[in-house]
Amino acid sequence: MTKQKLIVVGNGMAGARAVEEVLARGGGEMFDITMFGDEPYGNYNRIMLSNILCGIQDTSEIYINPLPWYEENGITLHAGSPVVEIDRASRKVRTASGIVAAYDVLLIATGSRAFIPPMLGLNGPDGKMKPGVFGFRTIDDCDGIIATAKSSRRAAVIGGGLLGLEAARGLMNHGCEVHLVHLGAHLMPAQLDSDGGKMLRATMEKMGVKIHLQRNTAEILGEDRVTGLRFKDGDQLDCDMVVVAAGIRPNVEIARGSGLTVERAIVVDNHMRSVDDMNVYVVGECAQHRGQVYGLVAPLWDQAKVFADHVTGADRDAAYHGSKLATKLKVMGVELASMGLTEPELEHDEVVQFSEAKRGTYKKLIVRDGRLVGGILMGDISKAAYLMQAFDRETPLPEERLSLLFDIGTPPQKVTLDEMPATAQVCNCNGVTKAAIGACVAAGKRTPKAVMGATRAGMGCGSCKGLVGEVVAWFCGGDVEEDPSVHYYVPGIPMAKPELVAAIRERGLKSVSAVFAALGTDGKSDAASKPALASLLITLWNEAYEDERDARFINDRVHGNIQKDGTFSVVPEMPGGVTTPADLMRIAQVAVKYDVPLVKLTGGQRIDLVGVPKEQLPAVWADLDMPAGWAWGKSYRTCKSCIGTDYCRFGLGDSMGLAKKIEGKFRGIDSPGKLKLATAGCPRNCSEAMVKDVGAVAVGDDRWEIYVGGAAGSQIRKGDVLCTVTGEDEVVRITGRFMQWYRENAKYKERTHTFIERMGIERARAVVVEDSDGIASALDAAMDAATAAVRDPWLERVAPKTANQFAAPIPVEA
Amino acid sequence: MPVVLGPLAGIPPGEGRAFVVGAAEIAVFHTREGGVFATQAQCPHRGGPLADGLTDGGHVVCPLHDRVYCLATGAGIGNEFSIRVYPVAVRDGVLLVDPVDTLQTPHT
Ligand code: SRM
Ligand SMILES: Cc1cc2nc3c(=O)[nH]c(=O)nc-3n(C[C@H](O)[C@H](O)[C@H](O)COP(=O)(O)OP(=O)(O)OC[C@H]3O[C@@H](n4cnc5c(N)ncnc54)[C@H](O)[C@@H]3O)c2cc1C
Ligand code: SF4
Ligand code: FES
Repeated sequence: MTKQKLIVVGNGMAGARAVEEVLARGGGEMFDITMFGDEPYGNYNRIMLSNILCGIQDTSEIYINPLPWYEENGITLHAGSPVVEIDRASRKVRTASGIVAAYDVLLIATGSRAFIPPMLGLNGPDGKMKPGVFGFRTIDDCDGIIATAKSSRRAAVIGGGLLGLEAARGLMNHGCEVHLVHLGAHLMPAQLDSDGGKMLRATMEKMGVKIHLQRNTAEILGEDRVTGLRFKDGDQLDCDMVVVAAGIRPNVEIARGSGLTVERAIVVDNHMRSVDDMNVYVVGECAQHRGQVYGLVAPLWDQAKVFADHVTGADRDAAYHGSKLATKLKVMGVELASMGLTEPELEHDEVVQFSEAKRGTYKKLIVRDGRLVGGILMGDISKAAYLMQAFDRETPLPEERLSLLFDIGTPPQKVTLDEMPATAQVCNCNGVTKAAIGACVAAGKRTPKAVMGATRAGMGCGSCKGLVGEVVAWFCGGDVEEDPSVHYYVPGIPMAKPELVAAIRERGLKSVSAVFAALGTDGKSDAASKPALASLLITLWNEAYEDERDARFINDRVHGNIQKDGTFSVVPEMPGGVTTPADLMRIAQVAVKYDVPLVKLTGGQRIDLVGVPKEQLPAVWADLDMPAGWAWGKSYRTCKSCIGTDYCRFGLGDSMGLAKKIEGKFRGIDSPGKLKLATAGCPRNCSEAMVKDVGAVAVGDDRWEIYVGGAAGSQIRKGDVLCTVTGEDEVVRITGRFMQWYRENAKYKERTHTFIERMGIERARAVVVEDSDGIASALDAAMDAATAAVRDPWLERVAPKTANQFAAPIPVEA
Repeated sequence: MPVVLGPLAGIPPGEGRAFVVGAAEIAVFHTREGGVFATQAQCPHRGGPLADGLTDGGHVVCPLHDRVYCLATGAGIGNEFSIRVYPVAVRDGVLLVDPVDTLQTPHT
């Protein structure tokens, strides 16, 4: 059978998804697929452009279908090649570059473009948009905005809808003063009513965005580039750049040119097929179905499925019935859920409302005949899942309306997985329902990872990953196949830590290469496993460990933290944050002599010389003549301190003295994760000891409370009190014993806060304080051996460990 | 034309070192398995110094954001980039690299 030719015009979110759906139905056998895209890239996740503008993600991270995907699936892609003409009579398309291609079936998925309202001075003398004016739709737009924002002082955003707010947030992150100009009377008119809009405005103003409502921009000022805006009322606003986010317009020109019916967009039937031509389908933002044009991704996924079912014959009756729009968003850090109407329309529409402006919480529901027809939740969206479901399925609401807005009396209740209907969406970004996950599990994908790979659930914004895992487990009925590798200590050796430790001990494996040779899959080494093995071997063997530097991350090869430009940072030891004028002067002299780009106080109470090239490290260390502060590795880092009894009028213990003792004892020991300590002279906790891996807090009479498992990094957790001891020496001993227990039992990169939650504080107390396992003295001895084996690595300045250890790129004659 | 980079012993086993050959910056790796490979020195993602990366028999991991590349072909493993590779040889313990532009003579 010869294959039919399927041409897809538009390589965006809808077009590429439609092709994926076709392939999933065996369409690769039926069609030769050719795609044309205006943008010179593979298909990417447009939603994530907001993150790119904010600097949270990098363009390389948002590709859904990178270029090799097309090749792997036998798809011919013409990227950067817009189609300019469709000739339906001869069934051909033509591109601007002159490519002509014939189709049997054509899919139009050209999406939309940014709508730039007519304004005077929009274009420069060359007829193009004036330099400094941007839309916000594509990767190229984002790149342009970011590059210009760097040198701009003040930026204006035109448009107060979702995109405008996201643009404003992004620009803030680039350090611009941001002015948001909006034609309407309140922000986000599509999702919010006027009260909600007011509250959002207040929140945004608090964050520093200047908001101008009911302003109609008449002119973009400036000769060669933007210098400001002039409004219809004559007022002006100076600015160096403008982002226009005033809405979108479907790309329908080529469809109209070929005689297809176009109203607001290209008109389709329930099969997503043009009403004029059996061989032409349309999906995405350029399609108009039952009078509706959608501007969010969820409807596109449904459309893509219907198209694929129909075109492949998998289900010739597949029909799209329109989508009800309910979205969860996060705007400028404010959580928001919105569905359906924002204002009552009929006389008997009932409004249930709650507002607490001070906390930025606002909830409003519109109920018609006992069913939800509209809703806004802002600030607290804990009821969103339930309400969005009720809205979508038009289920009757409980009589007690209060319970729609709040969970009263009972603990916050999630819809249990048993109650969750099969059609409920688990992943909103990719439109994956509970039923779809079920089907995937039934087809043999029994781990969350496998299900995510197959359905794309959890691969959008990622916020539903936890739920996806729960749903997979639910379908597996407790019989989830765990991905066994999650239990391995390192990916390259199929063993959990205790097994691995036993094997290493038994065979006396003292170097990372020896471990791979003996235990690696086929004796092979694995780059990603090396640092974790090195860390483990050091803990097991101390001096007897054979230090192969290639097993260590660059930081541990040259004893500094690598910076984004490949230079390193130098942080000398400064126990407890206590220094001397002489040391300060030496640091200053070194900084001057080597022209160090940045001198910074760290969050760990010491001084960082940032931006030192690798080849200068030995000389810098020599001139400093201070021990290393170990600010680069998975190791003991610092012990912060407060002033304590020496000077503080509330001091109950000598926190500075104790910090110095602690650092003197534990400096430089390797461990599975960073160990950051602190001592506080009283429970006022000025050194934040209660949120450190180990913290000692003086409580009077020479007694100290020891906190473990605290965290204030990406996770925040108050430490648990392990015990209260008398005397500084006892603090040092218990601290060491706890850390040794952690070193021996934690997974690589598992910080103490996760470790403690996994083991339980009771278990920690039993082992470390009560010696329930009879290993306390062994732990103490092992820690003593470890500390005795530590050498100051900065001494490698005189005795380098490897050839060209600190060399700059070596010049050779060509 | 191959260029002499110096003794192989200048690159410790399992590590890489960067060289400047005319206009090209080249990272040369000497794997623990004994292989010798040469690639462009900078990671195409954000310019990470590849010679400072971790290696195993066939790969280098960029030290900045962990992109992985095949040392022999320069192909990105699970990432969207790829890197240039250069012909390299060891003769009598001396490293020789040919700084030809592999972009113009691509591998297949
Ligand atoms: C230099 C310093 C920032 C500063 O200028 O203050 C810093 C810099 C880095 N931190 Fe930090 N952290 C610094 C104090 C902190 C603190 C505060 C503290 O130590 O009291 C925290 C919160 C406490 C904690 O550790 O949880 C902190 C939590 C993190 C985390 C999150 C760890 C976590 O498990 O939650 C990371 C990421 C990681 O480890 O994977 C991180 C990672 C990093 C890295 C190493 C990222 C990297 O791999 O390159 C940064 C190196 C930047 C560079 O270019 O050198 N840094 N970092 C601080 C050095 C302190 C010191 O003197 O040693
Ligand atoms: C910054 C931003 C944030 C967003 N956030 C969200 C969000 O949080 N939630 C949500 O649901 N939606 C969001 N959206 C909207 C969402 O991205 C769109 O609904 C979705 O991308 C539409 O898909 P599409 O395929 O119809 O159009 P597109 O993704 O725009 O794809 C159309 C493609 O066709 C190409 N094309 C156009 N004409 C031609 C031609 N003649 N020949 C060849 N190619 C052509 C275009 O260049 C484009 O690449 C956001 C959009 C933006 C810009
Ligand atoms: S120093 Fe720490 S908080 Fe700052 S950017 Fe780097 S990792 Fe993030
Ligand atoms: S620079 Fe190499 S991975 Fe980012």
